[in-house]
Amino acid sequence: MSLASTETHSRSWWRENQQKLTPYIFLIPGVIFFLVYVIIPIFESFWLSAYSWDGLGEKEFIGMANYAELFDDEAFYTSLKNNVIWLVLYLLAIPAGLGIAIFLNQKVPGMRAYKSLFFFPFVISQVVVGLIFAWFYAPGFGLFYMIIEKVTGSEIAILADERFATYGIIVAGLWPQIAYCMILYLTGLNAVDPEQIEAARLDGAKSFKMLWYIILPQLRPATFLAMVVTVIGALRSFDLVSIMTDGGPYGSTRVLSFYMYEQALSEYGYRMGYGASVAVVLFLIMMVFISGFIWKMVGDERKGL
Amino acid sequence: MRSMLSVSISAIAVVAASASFAGTVKYYADYDPAPLAAMQEIIADFEAANPDIKIEFQNFDHEGYKTSIRNFLSADAPDLANWYAGNRMAPFVNSGQFMDVSDVWEENGLKEDLASALPSMTIDGKQWGVPYTYYQWGIYYNKSVYADAGVEVPETWDQFVENCAVFQEAGIDCLTTGTKALWPGAGIFDYMNMRTNGYEFHMALANGEAAWTSDEVKATFANWAKIVEPGYITKNHAALDWQDAAALLVQGKAANYVMGNFAVAVFKEGGMTNDTLGFMPFPTIDPNVPRAEEAPTDTIHIPSGATNVEDAKKFLAYMAGAEAQTKMNAAMGQLPINKNASVNEEDPFIKAGFELLSTTPGGIAQFFDRDAPAEMAKMGMEGFQEFMVKPERLDAILERLEKARGRVYK
Repeated sequence: MSLASTETHSRSWWRENQQKLTPYIFLIPGVIFFLVYVIIPIFESFWLSAYSWDGLGEKEFIGMANYAELFDDEAFYTSLKNNVIWLVLYLLAIPAGLGIAIFLNQKVPGMRAYKSLFFFPFVISQVVVGLIFAWFYAPGFGLFYMIIEKVTGSEIAILADERFATYGIIVAGLWPQIAYCMILYLTGLNAVDPEQIEAARLDGAKSFKMLWYIILPQLRPATFLAMVVTVIGALRSFDLVSIMTDGGPYGSTRVLSFYMYEQALSEYGYRMGYGASVAVVLFLIMMVFISGFIWKMVGDERKGL
Repeated sequence: MRSMLSVSISAIAVVAASASFAGTVKYYADYDPAPLAAMQEIIADFEAANPDIKIEFQNFDHEGYKTSIRNFLSADAPDLANWYAGNRMAPFVNSGQFMDVSDVWEENGLKEDLASALPSMTIDGKQWGVPYTYYQWGIYYNKSVYADAGVEVPETWDQFVENCAVFQEAGIDCLTTGTKALWPGAGIFDYMNMRTNGYEFHMALANGEAAWTSDEVKATFANWAKIVEPGYITKNHAALDWQDAAALLVQGKAANYVMGNFAVAVFKEGGMTNDTLGFMPFPTIDPNVPRAEEAPTDTIHIPSGATNVEDAKKFLAYMAGAEAQTKMNAAMGQLPINKNASVNEEDPFIKAGFELLSTTPGGIAQFFDRDAPAEMAKMGMEGFQEFMVKPERLDAILERLEKARGRVYK
């Protein structure tokens, strides 16, 4: 008797709150995975960065010693400097993507085929991009190497020369990144209001003015998105460095994410604590950008944009 | 309820018993196809000789193995696992992951039979595994290039450097290497240092007991600079994999290559034969320094978490024997460590290597990245690469390595 009454009671409670609860129930799996694979590891990295640990034996608490070493480590500053170069040059993908998108936004027979050709580099994996460019630059048989040799008469192995290696990798990274930005802008351009363009044209706006005052403001969501993916893409650049130079020559193309991997997980690494401290620094740098983006998004939502 | 519980417990017990059935030995390894086939034959031979033992063999790819060994040793240890000698096994020995197998050495007279590898298998006076193969390093050269340039195969460093000038005239790289993966440069350093300062100093340096800024190390680099500064080494070596550099030797664009014997297969695939490919020991720099050589050794160990130690030890003893080592190394094209094993007399490189290593008076090094701890090895190899590109930065490089030494060997 009492059992039956609780059952009906619980059923009605469920029925009453079903609407409210359902979204949370749907969220639970995602939240659990996000906690386990993102949030908890972040705190674990902070915690681990205070230890000296080879991944096997006893952990030894050393306080801030990893950070003290990090700030006295040439390789760390090289990585940091390269990250800045990556960040600045990677942003070129946005105007380049915009340019190509505007160029491709025409009604010409077969345009879809051209668009997909431009989009192609984004489809192939970063590893393949890295390999293609490594061959492109390769001394002896690389196309780029041969051209430079023909034109200037001097032999330059881009990836073996500390002056050019980082730039060589960034160019390889820009190739797919430009394609990505282009796609974002192409979809954005579809949403541009033709009436506004018509009106602007009647008012005598042309070429650059038209772009700057009429088109670009309407592309703001696309620009924002392109900015976010490009900045994050630049900061987590790892695969290209690993494939093309493995951090070399003598560590001059390292970036923070690669240095973290090298210290913590590579064949000569297994300094988990030190790797974690690099990860923490990288995380803090990313946090600056990510919180900036989130702050802007929230602000835009408030303004109803 | 209770009866069901006990039934399930006994069921678990049955399962557990069958899993740890006396005769099963779990063996994890990372062989290439040719040695893999030989290993499977050896396992079959062993099982035929010991019908009550069954080897459960699992092969990994090289790179994957290096990372997964750290996980499986602590989580789900096999009874046997492949690894390397020297300092490379020290982290596993020091953290108690490998088992002391000194008794296998004692009972089977291995200290006699495997004498040449005894020092590199010993930590704290105990042996931690059994070596089954090694191979020599030295200089591989293109005989036709030597003949065309009209120079003799050098025996001393001065002759070598003189030859380099001749090769440079002819537009040929005297020494080639590909340091994209860093380690080939360490081979050159090891020999420069062992020929200049001898085996003892080299090991002291690798163990952090000697300073990188010492006069001895500076002398090593001064000798090395004799071929770096005039540009006798392939210019873009930092962008090349070792196979790319091997192609230069095959094509006659380079004369010499400091390499391990595994490179012979690559040279021959490129079209070289015993008539065009030559091998010479690294030239003498200081005649008063006893000749030492480089011979990385591959090994088999028993993890501390092994469940069937007794049978695993039987297999180790078998693997240390002359018969198994002869078979394995014939397939690998490498050298057996057991002195009673036989080598292929037809292969001039194997023959030369066997003579070279069995008559080495100075000592046998494992290779820089196995003798020095991992972190020091990495920093060192970057330094060697940088030196071969920018020799004028030598002082800064040595300062940096000395700083790293202060930190790595605490």
